[in-house]
Amino acid sequence: MKQIIKGGRVIDPANHFDEIADVLIEDGKIAKIAKSIKDKDADEIDAIGKIVTPGLIDMHVHFREPGQEAKEDFRTGGNAAAAGGFTTVASMPNTKPVVDNAALIRSLQERANQVSKVHIELIGALTKGQEGKELAEVGDMALSGAVAFSDDGHYVKSAKMLLNGLDYLRAFDKVIINHDEESSLVEEGMMNEGHRSAMLGVKGRPTVAEDIAVARDIMLAEYADARVHVAHISSANAVDIVRQAKKRGVKVTAEVTPHHLTMTDECVDLRDSDTKVNPPLRSQKDVDAMCAGLKDGTIDMIATDHSPHAEEEKDQEYGLAPSGFPGLETAVGVLITDLVKTGKIEMPLLIEKMTAAPARIFNLKGGSLSVGAPADVTVIDPDLEWTVDESEFYTIGTHSPFAGRELVGRAVLTMVDGKIVMRDGKVID
Amino acid sequence: MEKNAISMRGKHVLGLEYFSPEEIQLVLSTAKEMKTIIHRDIKKVPTLRGKSIVTVFYEPSTRTRTSFETAGKYLGADVVNITAGTSSIVKGESLRDTLLTVEAMGFDAIVMRHKQEGAAEYATKVVNHPVIINAGDGAHAHPSQGLLNLFTLLEHKGHLEGLKVAVLGDILHSRVARSDIWGMRKMGIELHFAGPKTLLPRFLSEEPGIVIHDRIEDAIKDADAIEVLRIQLERQKAGLFPSNREYARIFGINNERLALAKDDVLILHPGPMNKGLEISPYVAYGNHSAIQEQVQNGVAVRMALLTLVLTGGKQA
Repeated sequence: MKQIIKGGRVIDPANHFDEIADVLIEDGKIAKIAKSIKDKDADEIDAIGKIVTPGLIDMHVHFREPGQEAKEDFRTGGNAAAAGGFTTVASMPNTKPVVDNAALIRSLQERANQVSKVHIELIGALTKGQEGKELAEVGDMALSGAVAFSDDGHYVKSAKMLLNGLDYLRAFDKVIINHDEESSLVEEGMMNEGHRSAMLGVKGRPTVAEDIAVARDIMLAEYADARVHVAHISSANAVDIVRQAKKRGVKVTAEVTPHHLTMTDECVDLRDSDTKVNPPLRSQKDVDAMCAGLKDGTIDMIATDHSPHAEEEKDQEYGLAPSGFPGLETAVGVLITDLVKTGKIEMPLLIEKMTAAPARIFNLKGGSLSVGAPADVTVIDPDLEWTVDESEFYTIGTHSPFAGRELVGRAVLTMVDGKIVMRDGKVID
Repeated sequence: MEKNAISMRGKHVLGLEYFSPEEIQLVLSTAKEMKTIIHRDIKKVPTLRGKSIVTVFYEPSTRTRTSFETAGKYLGADVVNITAGTSSIVKGESLRDTLLTVEAMGFDAIVMRHKQEGAAEYATKVVNHPVIINAGDGAHAHPSQGLLNLFTLLEHKGHLEGLKVAVLGDILHSRVARSDIWGMRKMGIELHFAGPKTLLPRFLSEEPGIVIHDRIEDAIKDADAIEVLRIQLERQKAGLFPSNREYARIFGINNERLALAKDDVLILHPGPMNKGLEISPYVAYGNHSAIQEQVQNGVAVRMALLTLVLTGGKQA
């Protein structure tokens, strides 16, 4: 079976390609990219006025399997990813039970392959039960396909434990992803510590908690000559700490979320838990630093931290509701509207941060439109105007802080291994 | 009662950030009339006859709950109390369902206290008919306490504009302090804060119209009134200050420190007091203290609030 995606602006950052071109797909692989491809046997997909990119990658999602399927599962999460234009996602292991052994990795991978429209990679826990006390069987998990390791949701309190992980995993060339908020400084905190939290009387999570955690991780990675990846960076000072470390040659990488790039703690309204997230929405100064970090390469990539919860959990008093909200289906629209259309960053850079960069850091198959690569492709209409309507979400999660927003730009087609899994916002069964 | 230019009928009482100076003024003038009822031999007027009020308290309280209940009863309303320990809340019923349950019973006002900041705001999303009256939500707001502080100051000083008020102690955990910030500033009062640095919110200094002092003496100097906040004893265990003894010595209000303020300084305390810790008994029961009056004024202010939000203020 052959398909041609015709007439789109093909942006393939991994190959430094950005031109109007046709993309020929054959047997689930990229077969050819050229100015004009004619093939009578091929199905044509019109992409005039649209952007054709490698399938988007999100290395930070919570698909909640096993144990928390009321929040999300591999099927609903996979559909949400497809709807948002993502072809590969990596699911975090803070589930019930925690994904901390190879048997779970193997069985979950099998289930993900059965029910998900997109590729689901699995991130294993760094420590048993994510308790930070004993190293999980990370080598065994790595050999069984775990893509990276993380105690995400928890800070690895013990410096020695993290150092052991960094040392041990060097032999497996796997990255540790750290949720960097020093625990004692964020206890009971439910929003950014700042003027707004002071006036609301709400306990804060200060940026310094993130700064010292990022600094510690960098010092340990430098000491061990190992790789560490900072999850959802959000503090201006932390960005600067990463910037300085990169200059020294430390093997540190960092990701930022769409919400930390676009929203501040001024958005917090205690009537609705839709702005409750860890790390919290920060100040404008921090938001500006995220954008600057993304531009100058300090921040390598974008990840959504898609964290759906059940409606009855989020529909509670602000302090009682769990942190996190869905992000897969709003990411492209939010980033194009608030970053590209405002002139803050260029479209090719945005695409790079969502394709080539995560593929490079985590050594994934996707992330490029190289000939012979799996045909994971996303078509984005950069001018499509739409309104975020939670009732149309494929994710189980609700309480998106972007609900009701009028956005410009949306993925209109998602292709995984040559198969169209989403078209015009509808996931195809 | 005069016909009011502004009506507060149906207004949720969530925090003084949502009150205009005119609305605050209206509450204070209405409370003045209400206070006369408390002094009558027969303390019952028909203003809220046929109205029903429920108090839903998720935290312990003596004066606030009793004050609202008394206020409602003096005005002829039916008042029912729900407390966390003796209701379905112990069975794990959510706030949403508790609110929907009392709404279904037809209550016109829900007076609620909750340990979560924003719980009252959340409640306004849940119910349609009843007005929500916030009787304290975590460290966020305690609007009726803010109003009774203003009422007490007005009674004693005759005016509010230009007064200097010192608020001392645990600002970090105090919903009263935050209601003072909104309410007092709107009425032209100059606010001075002091307490252990560990009990002051770090970014409060960014808020305009507030002066924060390192030393408690500097805040007290020439004050027209001093509000002493309660120290929550568990704070000491959390390492926020070294000992009760040290707190009393450095931050406690005693007669010696009182002398730094104006001669006619008024002492306020939202209660309950830790005598010998944040306030010496000589100050608490001395000539300058308005602490007992505050309790009575609390009933008057709550009568005013209930009248204004349930009837708009027109005589029944």
